[in-house]
Amino acid sequence: MGHLEIRNLHCSYGADDILKSVDLSVDRGEVVSLIGPSGSGKSTLLRSLIGLTPPRMGTVELDGEEINYRNRQSLRHLRDKMAIVFQQYNLFQNMNVFRNVTVAPLKIKKRDKGAVEKTATELLDRVGIGDKHQAYPDELSGGQQQRVAIARALALAPEILLLDEVTSALDPERVNEVLDVIRDLTRDGITMLIVSHEMSFVKEVSTRVAMMDAGSVVEVGPPEQIFDAPKEQRTRDFVGKILRH
Amino acid sequence: MFERIIEEAPRFFTYYNLMFVLGAMWRTLLMTLVGCSIGFTVGLGLAVLRRTSAAWLRPARYAAILYVETFRRIPFLVVLFIVLYFIQPIYSGASLLAIATVAVCLMSTAFLSEIIRAGLESVPRQQMESAEVLNFHPGQTLAWVILPQAWKVILPPAVAFVVMFVKDTSLASQLGVVELTYAGKILVNKGFSPLLGFGAILAAYFILSYPLSRLGAHLETRLGTSRNT
Repeated sequence: MGHLEIRNLHCSYGADDILKSVDLSVDRGEVVSLIGPSGSGKSTLLRSLIGLTPPRMGTVELDGEEINYRNRQSLRHLRDKMAIVFQQYNLFQNMNVFRNVTVAPLKIKKRDKGAVEKTATELLDRVGIGDKHQAYPDELSGGQQQRVAIARALALAPEILLLDEVTSALDPERVNEVLDVIRDLTRDGITMLIVSHEMSFVKEVSTRVAMMDAGSVVEVGPPEQIFDAPKEQRTRDFVGKILRH
Repeated sequence: MFERIIEEAPRFFTYYNLMFVLGAMWRTLLMTLVGCSIGFTVGLGLAVLRRTSAAWLRPARYAAILYVETFRRIPFLVVLFIVLYFIQPIYSGASLLAIATVAVCLMSTAFLSEIIRAGLESVPRQQMESAEVLNFHPGQTLAWVILPQAWKVILPPAVAFVVMFVKDTSLASQLGVVELTYAGKILVNKGFSPLLGFGAILAAYFILSYPLSRLGAHLETRLGTSRNT
């Protein structure tokens, strides 16, 4: 049994079906990257998993327990274990860096202040923002903001981390500082689902890669299979296109 | 004309007249501030209500929209008379000042609610999503994330509205509330020159609204630069 079991997941925005039957099983500690053309439903799958765009049909199991996306209690339980980092960082603009990282553990989880601040300091040191605790998001570069956002997501010690195109909004020279942080995290054994267009990075850190097209997963396999010997025609087309240049 | 003013001045600037104008100023201020404070609170409630999505609140949402859209389209004077004729049969002891204040509440609720709604909407939806995935309750999201960011958008037009309403309360003189405008009429009826009578009223309105505008400007710069941590 996997850490996360996704079966026959459907999701729609209004009348548009974005996800049409997604099946994916992710084991504990795995780093699974989602690749595929834009509009294939990669980001929607992540948003759907964490309940921001609740699925219309299908099941998601976390440690064998089915998530009920219509039940607040079940959603809270899910979000205690699962965190997401967004493309646009989405830090709370009215809070400084330190507050962004500590607000949820302190105010929502009501954890001990000393312990929370210690963890936050360690996390911010780890992502290289240790010297900017008092800065506000708009005083930081995109790469710095994204690293704070990663620290914020980790502050609740999630078991599963979803990364939704976390480098897509960054200046090219800022991409690596964020990728370095993620590379570092993959050594922790936290389960990760990554949507990324940084193919060399995906190839390097993923235990498996899932190719998505038109709202479903068309092929899953180790990076060597997906990039070097894809079985499906659509994967071959997509990989051929992106590796050509 | 100036001789007349000079001649009247000693009789005009008396303790009695000063207290009379101050009393009228007080009533103008009271109607505006009490009315607009309640209006702001209820308006905030309506604005938040309109952002909810729960099905069982749908009738309440429609009622809120109906209320806001109606009262924004009625002249204040009409609201004053409606409140007067509505309240008097129910509670004949109600003072005219209280009736006028209720009318200010009704009116300012509708306008301030729209101002607050626009402010809340100026905060990007992603801020709410961030809060939601961190397990914030809707109330916590509103108090800790949305409102702190919306204040600087809400405050300038809200203060401008209140300053404008200081002037609009002059319509309450039609009900017989002795606020500034009515006080001016009384002074002139007593035989003082209109220049002197309404000149004093003009000065009083200025003294009331100028500090309010300054307060607004001050809050605006303070909110623009500082943040809560």
